[in-house]
Amino acid sequence: MIEIENVRKSFGTLEVLKGIDLTVKKGEVVTVIGGSGSGKSTLLTCINGLEPIDAGRIKVDGTEVHAKSTDLNKLRSKIGIVFQQWNAFPHLTVLENVMLAPRKVLGQSKQAAEEMAVKQLTHVGLGEKLSVYPNRMSGGQQQRMAIARALAMSPEYMLFDEVTSALDPQLVGEVLDTLRMLASEGMTMICVTHEMKFAREVSDRVAFFHKGVMAEIAPPEALFGAPKDPELQKFLAATH
Amino acid sequence: MFSTALTWSDLAFLAQGAAMTLAVTAVSVAAGTLLGILFGVIRVQAGPYWSMPLTFVLDVFRSVPLLIQLVLANAFQSIAKLGWAPFTTSCVVLSLYTAAYCTEIVRGGISSVPATTRRAARSLGMTWWQDMRYIVAPLATRVSLPSWIGLTLGVMKDSALVLWLGLIELLRASQILVTRLQEPLFILLICGAIYFLISFPIARLGGYLEKRWSPND
Repeated sequence: MIEIENVRKSFGTLEVLKGIDLTVKKGEVVTVIGGSGSGKSTLLTCINGLEPIDAGRIKVDGTEVHAKSTDLNKLRSKIGIVFQQWNAFPHLTVLENVMLAPRKVLGQSKQAAEEMAVKQLTHVGLGEKLSVYPNRMSGGQQQRMAIARALAMSPEYMLFDEVTSALDPQLVGEVLDTLRMLASEGMTMICVTHEMKFAREVSDRVAFFHKGVMAEIAPPEALFGAPKDPELQKFLAATH
Repeated sequence: MFSTALTWSDLAFLAQGAAMTLAVTAVSVAAGTLLGILFGVIRVQAGPYWSMPLTFVLDVFRSVPLLIQLVLANAFQSIAKLGWAPFTTSCVVLSLYTAAYCTEIVRGGISSVPATTRRAARSLGMTWWQDMRYIVAPLATRVSLPSWIGLTLGVMKDSALVLWLGLIELLRASQILVTRLQEPLFILLICGAIYFLISFPIARLGGYLEKRWSPND
């Protein structure tokens, strides 16, 4: 369970998160929508401790992320995150990209790491690309590799930060299909996205962020069908 | 018809000089590179403000002509009664000189690794050291290699200046022969050819490594 309590975060004088409360249960899929600069991506990077927070608390399975005593590297191995930019390690093959963290962070044997990597890469449809270098692949393929790389750590939670935003339109579908597959397998996920159709399909709940505040959160039928917040109504009118 | 007074033992004398050039270069480039990596990482980690004193010292080593550094260092070790041999003094000065340039090369290499790539590594649970070792080091090395090869070749030629401290390296050995045999053009031609023979494999090694790594990019 991810528990976010009254989290505040500023960059300089700009407050990007103004007291966020959100609890995500095991197996739940929560998507976060909202305009740029609404703080939704920042929240994700706070959850796995890549960004410090100014106030409030974030707990993952009872462990407080920003407590001094927390071993962030250990915590991060159970929270996978995939970014807008896929960030392949360009000097390693696809297989090596996926094997690196399980070997070095989890201390797995080469054989175990390779088995896991092949399994995850096959799962996201890259079983044929094992020995290819990332720069020889399309953006969609690299993004799926990044997902497999995160999955190879056997995370209990997956955070997706606008993973299709930097992709050519014809490549968006293959990546969203991968996310749908994960959701259907019961992975606990928080997805920041601009893909409304996708959010409507896969989410248990959809959260709308506006100017650092979670203005509304509801199951997709309610949030898209009968939006209450006036800003959300404007946002949906503009994106449809 | 071409004839020369140069004997086999003179050639052996030149070879000894070349060995001295190689020894000074090897020690200085090895020590200078290690220091350069250390200082480069410190500069990146500490940021421009906190690394200002280090940057200043390194700027001094980069700006003052090497010959002046050698003469001053030799005078200093003698005044301070350190009892350093000319070889030691030469290696210390050349190492710091190399380190000053290498620091900038390393800093540039590290900065060339995108912050987002490093963030991805950390988000997988890798420690700072693991990120440095498995992601930053290989990527930065690829970027820095051509400049580092250039630095190594430069230091090898600059090492000729240690003759001012009395070391008989390749250039000094040639001068001695020129004075004795009065065949400057021929001897300097041989001397230049030896420099080339030493440099060529280093330059080729750089080219080879670049080529080997390029299909990945």
